[in-house]
Amino acid sequence: MLAPAAPALDLDALYRESNVGELLEALDRELVGLAPVKLRVREIAALLLVEKLRRSIGLQAEAPPLHMSFTGNPGTGKTTVATRMASILHALGYVRKGQLVTVTRDDLVGQYIGHTAPKTKEVLKRAMGGVLFIDEAYYLYRPENERDYGQEAIEILLQVMESQRDDLVVIFAGYKDRMDRFFSSNPGMMSRVAHHIDFPDYSEDELMAIAGLMLRRMQYHLSDAAAAALREYIALRRTQPRFSNARSIRNALDRARLRQANRLFEGRGQPLSPEALSTIEAEDIRASRVFSIGTGATG
Amino acid sequence: MRITQGTFSFLPDLTDAQIRAQIEYCLGKGWAVSVEFTDDPHPRNTFWEMWGLPMFDLKDAAGVMAEVVACRTAHPNEYVKVNAFDSSHGWECLRLSFIVNRPKQEPGFALERQETQGRNISYTTRSYAARKPEGERYA
Repeated sequence: MLAPAAPALDLDALYRESNVGELLEALDRELVGLAPVKLRVREIAALLLVEKLRRSIGLQAEAPPLHMSFTGNPGTGKTTVATRMASILHALGYVRKGQLVTVTRDDLVGQYIGHTAPKTKEVLKRAMGGVLFIDEAYYLYRPENERDYGQEAIEILLQVMESQRDDLVVIFAGYKDRMDRFFSSNPGMMSRVAHHIDFPDYSEDELMAIAGLMLRRMQYHLSDAAAAALREYIALRRTQPRFSNARSIRNALDRARLRQANRLFEGRGQPLSPEALSTIEAEDIRASRVFSIGTGATG
Repeated sequence: MRITQGTFSFLPDLTDAQIRAQIEYCLGKGWAVSVEFTDDPHPRNTFWEMWGLPMFDLKDAAGVMAEVVACRTAHPNEYVKVNAFDSSHGWECLRLSFIVNRPKQEPGFALERQETQGRNISYTTRSYAARKPEGERYA
């Protein structure tokens, strides 16, 4: 039965007052690529907004479980998105405080009998009201050692994930293949993690755009020749081992800054323009080892 | 006799929602919250048993509430209190402490008078409950 004068529900007003729009825009603006990830974040935000509206008119109010797993190669932005996710969930009122607690196996698993449970519980208590981000979560489960204490940590996590759903959101992160193995050997975990988000590798253009963003934040810019050199660098670096997407780019830029500073220092005595102080030249990038190693070589 | 120790002790017992709100206040101030219990209600008994370690770096009261509930379940018929410790320079002491659980029956205290030299009287209070050994006092 409909109430006679049910007021029109204003989803847009709710959206505006939650200021989640701003956060989503920042996500779009500041993170390059990652289309499937952004889509999923948007979907989650929409679901929570609608859920909020439903609750406001007294419809069923069970909060949807939001535990997630982020899989992807190194440097694809898993931690960055987790931080954003914490603030988005906070803006939507899903978590009360919105802090992000980042842990690895060491923070959860103890070294002797009876050490694990208090350790895991302490971390969980710190994460309550926010998001618990477990990096390289597959290390929790060590099938080769049946007495490994990781299993105990997993069991406590599962229990809290189920019974205190309103208190925290757990995000598991790691490389795709190893996370798949982790979930397949822990079916209970698999079914309690509602969202599996895969972070794709960046294309060359996206990596260039990321480099641009990083440089702008550091207040440097590339000369035209340097931009061409960086493009070549990225193409080469991608084929070499231990390429870790945005993190590799960040390191490359940091080393280029180092060389730029050294170049300026060597040439001291001549007057220096402010322009030169913030310009990275092609030689700063071309001096990298990546060019001498060539394609596909190791080391 | 209902014992009155710590903050809020002249108010009716706090509900869980009220306890949570108080803990939120403490965490907001950056105090470390801990849970303690005892079955010796003497007012000079300052050394209660610790229920786990004090909890540092918490952001939300949910973690403390879980410990309060666990302590209550384990010691339903004893006193349980929540303490908030301020570690900031110059304070370095408890800023807030309140009882969150008490036995169903609180038999109260006897006043004992001792005649000493020159017919002086020295007074002492003794809890009826504490006549029994530890662990059997509120069974």
